[in-house]
Amino acid sequence: MAFGKDHELHQRRFGRNLGLGLVLVGFVAVMFGLTVAKVGDGMGQVQGFDHVLRPEMMPETAQ
Amino acid sequence: MTDATSSLTAPQAGDASFGDYVSLLKPRVMTLVVFTALAGLVVAPGAVHPMVAFAAIVFIALGGGASGALNMWWDADIDAIMRRTRNRSVPSGRVHRDEALSVGLALSGIAVVMLGLAANWAAAALLAFTIFFYVVIYTMWLKRWTPQNIVIGGAAGAFPPMIGWAAATGGVSIESVLMFALIFMWTPPHFWALALFMKSDYADAGVPMLNVTHGRPATRRHILVYTALLAPLAIGTAFSSIGGPVYLSVAVAMNLWFLKGALSIWRRDDAQADADNYIVEKRFFRFSLYYLFAHFGALMADAALTRFGWGIW
Repeated sequence: MAFGKDHELHQRRFGRNLGLGLVLVGFVAVMFGLTVAKVGDGMGQVQGFDHVLRPEMMPETAQ
Repeated sequence: MTDATSSLTAPQAGDASFGDYVSLLKPRVMTLVVFTALAGLVVAPGAVHPMVAFAAIVFIALGGGASGALNMWWDADIDAIMRRTRNRSVPSGRVHRDEALSVGLALSGIAVVMLGLAANWAAAALLAFTIFFYVVIYTMWLKRWTPQNIVIGGAAGAFPPMIGWAAATGGVSIESVLMFALIFMWTPPHFWALALFMKSDYADAGVPMLNVTHGRPATRRHILVYTALLAPLAIGTAFSSIGGPVYLSVAVAMNLWFLKGALSIWRRDDAQADADNYIVEKRFFRFSLYYLFAHFGALMADAALTRFGWGIW
């Protein structure tokens, strides 16, 4: 038995779900791109993430 | 059968298409927001990572769209009366008012927080203020209260280049204020021209536009005065650090043309306008859109010339 043609209502709902899905994929892509850009841009700023003290992280003081 | 079938298949709240939700964000207004915000970002000094710039534009546009949805939520009653707006998603019943409110609030929050994370919190604060200004100050308060509604409310549409500039520099400066002022002064003649050929739309909806409260001849005078005030501001911007030869030529040509249009509108009366179906007013309104795009396009062209070392001043 062949399935009947989808009702317009179901097509509309499918379109809405597809649209939302694409928006979410786009959002993930933007977040990923931003993460790559920010981490690549200022690697120095994430020093200390492992809580290990490094001399170059100490503020400079007058000798 | 028909009753049961129709209750199952007729559009109900929550059954709007994706396009109906997109239309809540006023995509045509969004193009203006995107373009002017991009201009603010491009002409700002310093370099921004392209991905950060792209994300900033996306979230500025999203914030602009969110304020559009909140505007449609609040103005559903007015929109249902006006011919220009009665087919919008909310007044036509395709999207429920509460949905418009939810979409507007959710997208506002996402846009502001994401702009803060992507660019900086100064830009995010400006975006939050813009949404607040458009929704609360303009939509809820000024629009139904004073004929100065679009004069003061025009500030909301003038913020995007300032936000773009803030996204790039982290602050506000005289150049970003000049870009703000350009859109701020452009808005009244643009909207009053529209109000002239929309005839009784605003009066029917009880919106105190200038043509409703002070009459149409006064509106024609105001268009001329604001256009005359806009011209020196627009041309003067050419001599700031964001201006250049391209912008100066465009500004001079466009402002002369705009002034000529405003003079034509001022010289006419409604009998003449009715006779030719408001052709001059409609032409002026259409030209005003090109006017703004050309000015911001020219600013970006000069910024590009300067970056390539071909800047003259």
